[in-house]
Amino acid sequence: MTTATEIEVVDLAVTTRRELNQRLHDARDGGPRSWRIVNPNGAHALAVGIDAELDVVIDGHTGYYAAGMNKHANVTINGNAGVGVGENIMSGRIHITGNASQACAATGRGGLVVVDGDASARCGISMKGVEIVVKGDIGHMSAFMAQSGTLVVCGDAGDALGDSIYETHIYVRGSVAGLGADCIEKDLKDFHREELGRLLEAAGADAKVDDFRRYGSARQLYTFNIDNAGAY
Amino acid sequence: MCGIVGLFAKTPEVEAQLGALLAPMLHEMSDRGPDSAGVAFYRNPVAAGQTKLTLQHDDPHYDWDVLRTTLQDVHGAEPTVEHRANHAVIVAHAEAAVVEAWVEEFFPDVKIMSAGEAIEIYKETGRPERFIETFDVKSLNGTHALGHTRMATESKVTTAGSHPFSTGLDLCLVHNGSLSNHNGLRRMLRREGIRFQTENDTEVAAGYMMWRQREGDSMQAMMDHAFEDLDGFYTFLIGTRDGFAVVRDPIACKPAVIAETDEWVAMASEYRSIATLPGAETAKTWEPAPATIYAWEKEAVR
Repeated sequence: MTTATEIEVVDLAVTTRRELNQRLHDARDGGPRSWRIVNPNGAHALAVGIDAELDVVIDGHTGYYAAGMNKHANVTINGNAGVGVGENIMSGRIHITGNASQACAATGRGGLVVVDGDASARCGISMKGVEIVVKGDIGHMSAFMAQSGTLVVCGDAGDALGDSIYETHIYVRGSVAGLGADCIEKDLKDFHREELGRLLEAAGADAKVDDFRRYGSARQLYTFNIDNAGAY
Repeated sequence: MCGIVGLFAKTPEVEAQLGALLAPMLHEMSDRGPDSAGVAFYRNPVAAGQTKLTLQHDDPHYDWDVLRTTLQDVHGAEPTVEHRANHAVIVAHAEAAVVEAWVEEFFPDVKIMSAGEAIEIYKETGRPERFIETFDVKSLNGTHALGHTRMATESKVTTAGSHPFSTGLDLCLVHNGSLSNHNGLRRMLRREGIRFQTENDTEVAAGYMMWRQREGDSMQAMMDHAFEDLDGFYTFLIGTRDGFAVVRDPIACKPAVIAETDEWVAMASEYRSIATLPGAETAKTWEPAPATIYAWEKEAVR
């Protein structure tokens, strides 16, 4: 039997992904709290759907949808993550020490996702409450249709940032290649400084709050404007 | 969905085992493209005045000797023939245009897969792992190679519809994605004298590149035109005599990963293909930006 303090090691060279995910799901009912997954070799859907306060470390690069739908767990990926890492995260924390591919934390509803490197296109697409901190750059179409939550970018943002945004706070330290429809620069108020400071600290990001600019919704696309009828 | 892989050797050791390294990469992309597979290897360049052709015949027991001896009668010097499943690599002592026209006229049931100094293209329908076995991909050496696994979405599953597509001498193209304006482009390119064998969209992209190169475009100029004219999704891997180039469409719809070490440069649709290579864990790994050309050439590393 494994006690709570021991680390459960799962080697994906010998264990199937399905078995790994099942064991992580079963951990809701007890068993080891700390997990170490080795030899991921870019496999898809690793550590998906966890619903328990686990510490999970994946040693190596992951494929698509790693730690998707995460609830309560603290997942660290020591490497790069493929498309859709932390997709629909509900709570807990996902930390990627390398780069993240497209659609990082897409549709995420809660929790924190930290990317030490860059995140590529569509980071935080349709985010619904998740907090994302990217220490490097993000790609184009990030925070597309973002509904709530916070996106912090210590580097530069690609084209069409926050296109069709609803209510999400976006903070960018570097340059923004272009803002999407209905996304505008906004004032950094005390409330925002506090929020940004908290997130930078939580992510362990070495950056000053005052170096960031805030972007958000101009709220012009909320309702249909009859003057735009000709465009349809 | 389709899978793309590419491997560029920086050392003689990697060149010697290029096929053995590429085969697992291709196999790993089977899920992305289970219906056909193909590779282009750049290897054993021929001497000046010679042309290397890769030919294909639907009959795996086709007697290539007839073609070889007839070719010898025409051009004097003895051509060499190397079989690989239902493909054959023929080295002829004549210019490419002459040999190609000759094959088309006298052996109309033989298909020309590639022509040039170094390129060899092999492709076939069926599961990628069977392709790797049948064509003994692991035994191929070379300076660089491209591979493709196909999941057809808009045209027939045939050998001719498989990738790579030849786009001219020592040039080829593999594609993940789909083009929506290929019918219009095909009509335009036919007027420009480009010929097509299939209803395949990637063949149109290949024909488009053939046309732009004929018009004197550099790689950059060709892709600048392509970004304007090709409507659809694409990650392209473009093979040239001395290297390869990776390009994604302006909104980067289709996946691509590049990794580089001191020994090799690898490109794949997904990292799990690259993970099969020695040194992958510590390689510099990144995702190519949209509408940007990433190219490696042999001269640049020597």
